[in-house]
Order: sequence, then C-alpha cells, then structure tokens
Amino acid sequence: MKNLKQSLGVSLWFIFLTFPLMVVKVNTSEQLVEWRWMNILWVGLSFFILSFVWRYALAQKEARMMAAQSGQDGQVKPSKIRVLLENQDLRVKLMFALMAFVLVFPWVFDTYQSTIMISALIYVVLGLGLNITVGLAGLLDLGYVAFFAVGAYAYALLNHHFGLGFWTCLPLGAALGGLFGMLLGFPILRLRGDYLAIVTLGFASIVKIVLENWSDFSFGPSGIANIDRPSLFGLDLDIAGSTTYIYYIMIGLVILTIIVTGRLKNSRIGRAWIALREDEIACVAMGIDMARTKLSAYALGACWAGMVGVLFAAKTTFINPASFTFMESAIILSIVVLGGMGSILGVILGAMILILMPEYLRAFSEYRMLIFGAAMVLMMIFRPQGIISNIRQKYEFKGLKEKSENV
Amino acid sequence: MEYFIELFLGGLTRGSIYALIALGYTMVYGIIQLINFAHGEIYMIGAFVAYIVCGVLTIYGFHGVSILIIAGLLAIVYSCAYGYTLEKVAYRPLRGAPRLSPLISAIGMSIFLQNYVLLAQTSDFLPFPSLIPDFAFMEPISHIIGSPELVILVTTLVTMILLTLLIKYSKIGKSMRATQQDMSMARLVGINVDRVISTTFIIGSALAAIGGVLVASYIGQVNFYIGFLAGVKAFTAAVLGGIGSVPGAVIGGLLLGLTESFAAGYISSDYEDVFAFGLLVLILILRPAGIMGRATKQKV
Repeated sequence: MKNLKQSLGVSLWFIFLTFPLMVVKVNTSEQLVEWRWMNILWVGLSFFILSFVWRYALAQKEARMMAAQSGQDGQVKPSKIRVLLENQDLRVKLMFALMAFVLVFPWVFDTYQSTIMISALIYVVLGLGLNITVGLAGLLDLGYVAFFAVGAYAYALLNHHFGLGFWTCLPLGAALGGLFGMLLGFPILRLRGDYLAIVTLGFASIVKIVLENWSDFSFGPSGIANIDRPSLFGLDLDIAGSTTYIYYIMIGLVILTIIVTGRLKNSRIGRAWIALREDEIACVAMGIDMARTKLSAYALGACWAGMVGVLFAAKTTFINPASFTFMESAIILSIVVLGGMGSILGVILGAMILILMPEYLRAFSEYRMLIFGAAMVLMMIFRPQGIISNIRQKYEFKGLKEKSENV
Repeated sequence: MEYFIELFLGGLTRGSIYALIALGYTMVYGIIQLINFAHGEIYMIGAFVAYIVCGVLTIYGFHGVSILIIAGLLAIVYSCAYGYTLEKVAYRPLRGAPRLSPLISAIGMSIFLQNYVLLAQTSDFLPFPSLIPDFAFMEPISHIIGSPELVILVTTLVTMILLTLLIKYSKIGKSMRATQQDMSMARLVGINVDRVISTTFIIGSALAAIGGVLVASYIGQVNFYIGFLAGVKAFTAAVLGGIGSVPGAVIGGLLLGLTESFAAGYISSDYEDVFAFGLLVLILILRPAGIMGRATKQKV
C-alpha cells in the first residue's frame, strides 16, 4: 500500500514535470496551441511502473552491496557469462565460429551490410582506443573525436595535395594522432580529473572550429571530396570490391588493436596506468613517472583514433567537419562505459550493440541518443562495471603455500 | 573609443549571463565535487518552458510585462523541479561511488535531456518573443547600450547580491558552507546534508532559468541544443574563476565574456570560441586552481 502511494506520487510528480514539454506544443507562426493530452496518460502510467522497477532495482543493489561486505574477501559469485567465458573448450570453439563468420561475412551479405559492419568496426577500434585513456588510465577524455578528425584530415589533405596513398598515410595518421594526443596532454598534466573533461572538450571544439573556418587549409564546411579508396596492388576495384577490401583491412585493424591493447593492459605501462587510475599519489610514491605515464596514455589512445580516421576518410571518400561533433565523442564514450571500462570484450560488444542496433531497428533510431543517455545513467547506478566487467589479472603464489605447509 | 565601449558592454552582458549559469556549476561542485554536466540542459529547459508559456499566453490574449513575469516565474519553477529531480535520480544513488561514475551519469543525463526536449518538441530554432520593452529613458544612449542589455546587467547584479546575502546570512546558506567545508562533520552537527544538496541544486537551477529566459529573449530564439554550448562556456567561466568559489564564478564569467567580445570585435568572430578555450588552457597552466580558487593540498 505504501509502495502504491509512493508510485502514485512519483507518477504525479513526473506528469507535472513533463507537462509543458510533453503536452503543450505551440505553433507561433499560425497562433495555434496543440494540446497532446494523451501524453499525460503515457507519462503517468510509465512512471508508475518505472518507479516500482526502480525501487526494486535499488533494493537489489543494496542487498548485493551488503552481501559483498559481509562475505569473506569479496567472494562474489562469478556471473553466468563469466563462467561460460572461462570454459576453455567452449572458448576455442566460439573463437573459430566467430572467425569463420567474420571472414565469410562480405560474401554472404550484400555491400550495404558490409558498409554497416565497417562503421561498427570503426567504432570498435575507436572504443578500444578510448578505452586506453578512459578505461585503463582513468583520464576522462570528452574530445576523443578530435584525434579521429586529425587522422581523417591528414589522409584527405595529403591525398589531395600530394597524392599519397592509403597505406602510406595509415601510419602517418596514427603518428599525427599520437602527436596531437601528446600536444593535448602536456598542458593538462598537472590537472585533476574533472578539469581534464572540460579541457578535452574545449580542445575538440577548437579543432572543429579551425577545420570549419580555416578554409585555405581544410576547405571549410564544404569538406574534401574524392578521397582515394585504398588500393590493392594497383588493381582497379569497383565499389563492392572496394568495400569488401576495406572490410578486411578493418578486420585486420581490429585484430591488431585487440592484440596490442590486450598486451598493453598487462604490460608494465598498462599496470602503471591502472595504478594511476586507482590512486595517483600512491602511484607516484611507488616511483612511477606520472608525466610519462599520462602522456603515453593520451598518445597511445589518440594513435588509434588517428589511424582509424584515415580509414574512415578512405571509406566515405568525403569528409567535412560535421562528422566530428561532440555527439561522436559522446557515442564513443558511451561505448566504453556501457561495454565495461577496461574490458576489451566488453568494449567490442558495446560498440556492436550501440552501432548496429539503431541500424537494424530503424524505428528505434530516432530514440537512439535518448536511450544512450538513459543507459549511461542506469549503467552507472546499477552496473558500473559495464556489460562485461574487466578482470584484473591475479597473481597467486602457489608454490609458496606448499612450502609453508611443509615447514 | 565608442566601438571599445560597445564591445565592453557587450562583453559585460554576455559575461553576466555566463556568470549566472557558472554559479550553478560552482555551487554544486563546491559541495559534492561533481561537474553537473546537465546544468546547461536545465538552462535550456528553463528557456523552453518560458517559450511555451509565452506562446500559450500570447495566443490567449495576454500581453506585455505580465507575460514576462508569468513566463519567468514558471521557467524558474520548472527548472528548479528538474534540477531537484535530476539530483535525486541521477546523482543521489551514486553518492560514495568512484568519482568518474557521477560524472558519466551527468553526461548521460545531459544527452538524455537534450533528446527528450528534441523528441517532445522539435529540432527547429524557435522564435522567442523579445519580452523586454524598450525604455524611454534609454533613448539617448541606445546606440551604445540597449534596454535588454541593461535589464540583463541589472537582473544579474540584483541576483548576485541576493545570492551573496543568502549564502552569508541565512540558515541554509550557513549549512551550505558547512557542508562544503566538511560533509561528514556537517552531518555530525545535525545538518541534513541531503537537503542541503537538494537546495543547492534548486538554487543553481533557478539561476540557470533566469539566465535562460534573459538570453532567449535577448537573442530571440530557442533550440534544444542551446544548453550545451552555454553549459560548456559557463563551466569554463567557473573553472577560470576557481571552481567552488562564488565570487570566482562571477569574475570568471565576466572575464570570459569580455575576452570573447573583444576577440570577436577586434580579431575575428569565427574564432571567439578558440579564444575562450585558449584562455582556459592558459589559466589552467599558470594557475590550476583558477583565479580565486585556493590550491588544495591533496592528503593521503
């Protein structure tokens, strides 16, 4: 009964809250007011139900936290997905199935599907790149798309002026991206986490404004067209063939990214990033060079964006500043957050869900950003570790235990 | 010289709006160390509610100053309600979580609110009626400063004075300062910290709504996206002045407004945002705590 009353209150409050925006619609040019009374009903009903779910979920969360506190050494039961993933046999089989699927994909489905897949894969790499900066090193970067733009423009301009090919520009784009990452990193080394957010945001705006206004350099808002597609030993590919080719390049790039970031994560520098994220002061006290660690996180994160930017320019053959808005940064960030910060598999899954779902569910694409936003909030509240949480490598001293038993 | 004065007053007008919004950021940051990314959206919702109320009232035959007052009040009420709900839904469950969590939740909320207004209303730029009448006594100097600018400056000034008095002398102001200094200690001496935080959000939202209505009627249009840039600029202003400090937000806002105005007037209006962010980076390098901020020592 108490719950019922509470939910009724909540739904009345939200009816009040959404009233002017959901119900009233003014048309000033024709002097008309459109009253959409039906919306009250929807808002009231949905919030009535939602408030029950909300309370239940909060109670569940609390119970989980209590259990984790009282349990010994955080003996939390591993989730079902985790158990499945740990199964070595299944994992190998899954890997092979996935590889086969990925390899035959462009031959089974048409060019349109491949194009969608390529853009999803672009976001996979972007997500994994940002994962280095945000997920591992804990440096919130809201301007990640700027490095993406740097790579794309590097290829477009070099190709336009000097006729440089895709393969020459790919490492160049990566290097330039990394350089810009360092450039951004330097002034903000001394800043604490919150300031980073705003400076990176400002940096991305500056890059976009410069690209829009410095027409002699970047051709302004009209962008650059007729960028060469990647060449395959001088073969002339038609659009379908070229798409397939780019698809395979992208697959290669994704695999490279997975291997490199996976290795980085458990390397000396990767552990330094995680340490820095957890506690900066303790980390410096342990003798880790903070400046170098932070800069490398920025540079290595930005590097991937630059590289995949080159590929983006080659894929679309046309770029303009409108492709590099804050919304893109927000999407990449939500991929990392929803997928699971620090977890490679999570980020890949996050990118696939977030990019492919709106493509295939057209009706839903209008609500895409609305749902992303809500999902980010809900994820932070109820599952901060993301869809698939990152597992920290554990080192166990098995030998030591036996020895001590012997003594 | 006249051009200089014009730019100066233009910068002051713009800066005082930034200051109004920046106060919301700085107050919230001072208490819970959170960048309330959705604050710009609260400002946008304030402007939007005022637009809708104005439209309805005009069609039903109201006119003049009565519209301004009703629309302004309703905008403030709704902004406060949104600010309060925002805190309760998106930030309160995250109290005590790692610092990145509420920040991401705030970004999510900002995206959500933007798209909520976009879907519930429209993506078009809507014409906002200029509610501020032209005063007769302003006639002789109207080529330098118009009535809307004067109203903005005076409103901001009055609001600032009221806010300062509120923080300095009222009971809730004192509890706010206590919570800012030490949250757990404030709780021990019997301050309802949750209520103080809610109040802070409500006050900040009210200021944002005032800013929203003033800007919308000054510039003459509203859109679901106006909150984003205004929010970023205002946050820049708050950081410039030293985040967490109320006079700092005002100084930062004015400084930012003047910089932009002069950069746009003397150099190029295309690059005014570049100067704004350039100033931010410069200040952060030279004085990471901002102009008025005190450098906090991190303790282990």
